[in-house]
Amino acid sequence: MDVMDGLSTIIALSYLIAASLFIYGLKFMSSPATARKGNLIAAIGMFIAIVVTLLDRKIIDFTWIAVGIIIGSLIGAVSARKVKMTAMPQMVGIFNGFGGGASALVAMAEFLRATSTSEGILHLDASISIIITIIIGAVTFTGSFVAFGKLEGFITGAPVQFPLQKVVNVLVILGAVGLSVYIIGWAPSWTLFYVVVGLSLLYGVLFVIPIGGADMPVVISLLNSFSGLAACAAGFVVQNNILIIAGSLVGSAGLILTQIMCKAMNRSLTNVLFSAFGTGDMEAGATTATGDKVARSVDAEEAAMIMGYAQSVIIVPGYGMAAAQAQHAVRELTELLQSRGVEVKFAIHPVAGRMPGHMNVLLAEAQVPYNLLYDMDDINPEFPHADVALVIGANDVINPIARYDKSSPIYGMPILDVDKAKHIIIIKRSLNVGFAGIDNELFYDPKTSMFFGSAKDKVQELVSEVKKL
Amino acid sequence: MPESLMMGLTIFVLAMFAGFEVITKVPPTLHTPLMSGANAISGIAIIGAILVAGEGHSTLNIVFGVVAVAFATINVVGGFLVTDRMLNMFKKKTSEK
Repeated sequence: MDVMDGLSTIIALSYLIAASLFIYGLKFMSSPATARKGNLIAAIGMFIAIVVTLLDRKIIDFTWIAVGIIIGSLIGAVSARKVKMTAMPQMVGIFNGFGGGASALVAMAEFLRATSTSEGILHLDASISIIITIIIGAVTFTGSFVAFGKLEGFITGAPVQFPLQKVVNVLVILGAVGLSVYIIGWAPSWTLFYVVVGLSLLYGVLFVIPIGGADMPVVISLLNSFSGLAACAAGFVVQNNILIIAGSLVGSAGLILTQIMCKAMNRSLTNVLFSAFGTGDMEAGATTATGDKVARSVDAEEAAMIMGYAQSVIIVPGYGMAAAQAQHAVRELTELLQSRGVEVKFAIHPVAGRMPGHMNVLLAEAQVPYNLLYDMDDINPEFPHADVALVIGANDVINPIARYDKSSPIYGMPILDVDKAKHIIIIKRSLNVGFAGIDNELFYDPKTSMFFGSAKDKVQELVSEVKKL
Repeated sequence: MPESLMMGLTIFVLAMFAGFEVITKVPPTLHTPLMSGANAISGIAIIGAILVAGEGHSTLNIVFGVVAVAFATINVVGGFLVTDRMLNMFKKKTSEK
């Protein structure tokens, strides 16, 4: 049995410590009280791993490593500091992309080294891991950039579709895999290799563009998982266990979140990825009969009156609150109502917003204490006792049609039971349909008052009116 | 099958299970920080990138390596910092009436 020398032993043991710190860190991140410590522990693990890697004797030149680390640290630190909390989904998305891109580049460099030093002969297991890393890494890279573009508004948030889209997608990925098999089995050619890289990058774009904005929580979670799996595959390429362990941890974390998001929409992962949801051209059953229904609208004074004299108010935030940056005004309203003795709670749907936990982050930024925030299962039994449900820029997640209309695209999706509250006030810009492209009967409920306008303006108006009471 | 590959696969499968066990109990409030924290950990590819950039086999190799180091560092530094910034905002109500 081979015995490791002193230095290799130190490096290997340090990696083991780093891996344990990652697991510890993730564990601590599962409770709000210890989460910050958990993040720090994981960061320390990463620092240890990086430092001991620099001791590796295979490294002959540190200049270029330093250049890469300095550039990366600057970009990373500045963007982490500057980013607005409302832009967090695209920030996380783009960080994912860089992680995936890094793994793909490592695999490309290994392919280059292996083919140039051993007369083009690559071991089977090495070439398979290289190709897998490149495909996952490249798809994560471009996929994340498209997701970033969609969230940032560079690319339309609506699903982008073209004729024969599914056929093209399948051909692209099959082409990449087929060529890979050829490269592995017969010819480790550089030209073909670049074609595989190109096809994988292309597939990342094709894979994300047909997915609509409100399905982004699923996409971001899935890309998060991919970035981990890419790092894991890169671990097989460079034969380094710490990459395999850390990559798998992230891979499983991403998969769990993906699964939670899909469950919250009652849709399968394949349905989210391939159905181009929300284009409006699907069979939508009872959605057209809106002509004779009348929605009642209120002004700020009346809405403030209803809320100011209520005993309990449940606030239901949605993407509209994020888009209008209304979270600070919401906090002001919350404090004002609380000072009048009104009990205020927040009902958070798992897929409200554009990434898992989006609403929680925004409300935390506005310094709304997190113990006022309730998950769907905990808050739903409370709606029947609530005097007012104030809906701020949410639509599909409160649509009662999901309970009974089997022809509706959102049938079966768990919703917040807003319709059971005594009064419902909905802040919304218009009566337009939500992302799923279907009408919401709740708008026409006699208990409902529509308060039309941008979330921020309207909440601010409520604040000044409640002050006058 | 080479022994190293078998070893790697074993570690991979066990680590996936460990990940599932550790993470399933995260409350929805922490989904975003968990995702961005996990995201920072996926920057572990930096280890591979450092080795590639430092071994310096050819110019192209170094180019790949340096870009990979920069990308992975953005992921690591940005990821941990932004998670910390977020978690710093999560506060429980301090003055209960």
